[in-house]
Amino acid sequence: MAPLLTGVDLHKAFGRTRALRGAGLTVAAGEIVAVIGPSGSGKSTLLRCLAAIIAPDAGEVRLDGRRIDDLPDRTRTGLRRSEFGFVFPFGQLVPELPAAENVALPLLLAGAPRRRSLAAARDWLTRLGLPDAADRRPADLSGGEAQRVALARALIARPRVVFADEPTGALDSVAADQVMDLLVDAARAQRTGVVLVTHEPRVSAYADRTVLVRDGAA
Amino acid sequence: MTVSYALLGLLEEADRHGYDLKQSYDRRFGAARPVRFGQIYRTLAQLTRDGRIEVTAVESGAGPDRKRYAITPEGVADLDAWLGEPAEPEPMLQSVLFTKVVLALLSGRPAATFLDAQRVKHLDAMRELTAERRRSPGTQAAMLADYRLFHIEADLRWIDHAEARLAALAEEVRDGTPADRG
Repeated sequence: MAPLLTGVDLHKAFGRTRALRGAGLTVAAGEIVAVIGPSGSGKSTLLRCLAAIIAPDAGEVRLDGRRIDDLPDRTRTGLRRSEFGFVFPFGQLVPELPAAENVALPLLLAGAPRRRSLAAARDWLTRLGLPDAADRRPADLSGGEAQRVALARALIARPRVVFADEPTGALDSVAADQVMDLLVDAARAQRTGVVLVTHEPRVSAYADRTVLVRDGAA
Repeated sequence: MTVSYALLGLLEEADRHGYDLKQSYDRRFGAARPVRFGQIYRTLAQLTRDGRIEVTAVESGAGPDRKRYAITPEGVADLDAWLGEPAEPEPMLQSVLFTKVVLALLSGRPAATFLDAQRVKHLDAMRELTAERRRSPGTQAAMLADYRLFHIEADLRWIDHAEARLAALAEEVRDGTPADRG
């Protein structure tokens, strides 16, 4: 498989803490790679470097062979919106907006027409088993439902890569399995690469490969 | 032990021949290891002697006679008691991991390398089981895979925990005295 996203020899320090010391990772289209490691090992820093949220001090990140780590901030922000999707442990949904509008956000931010964006959002909610959630606000959703809404939001713009940072961290095991089943099926179906950071072996077992990060190196 | 109660349970559901019992057992419980015919018939003979099941019909055909078995009230009471009794936890399923770590440290071999290799092996097993679970057609098969997954995960948690405390354990093993539990 040709690499979709590649991070090579990444270094990153925060003050005197060296979070990454030569970490690297490759993801192909439709491939799910789990990143595991003890707390403080650099998993999340690696994810943030790969996702162009922060710039590494050294090393490089490439998407389709094109360097993205040295792009200006504004270009990186645009890239994250158009090419990447994100899932965090607590959905991080906008509390004031109903589920469908939360899901439609990436399309709306990209300037897509409202009506079409909301229709697509409803389709995604149905696909993820939440046909009746469209008009409900995050406070009225269970943890598992909220996380499926977050998943729909991460996938709706058909990103090249989804970054999932402890996506099941706040869920019981049954809801976690459901979210992971949906994430894996969707990623395979639309050839999205997935970088899955988790400390749960059962979650990492959904991945095609597991990369262990230790002391900032992988 | 478990096989005899499984057979009692299957017979409580319906009277059956030995052959049916093997099929039913394998379908419900035999995913990991199907039961052998010999064990089925030995267990049936024992249960009959104990009065927990009885032969209700013998059918003659071209082959050997086929006996049909039914559970007795004693069998039902016994099954009831077994189901109501919590099973002993088995916390030492993988004590071999613990033994290897201590022996490695005792002999100055790299215990961390062993733990790393074991982690890879466990993660691979979990990945295969998860794939199998995702392919499995029903809840029962998925639950059996889950049972195995949770047990392997417990080992993995111990491996991570042991790795984090390897230095303290090495010191204790070398000195032969318990170190401070830091």
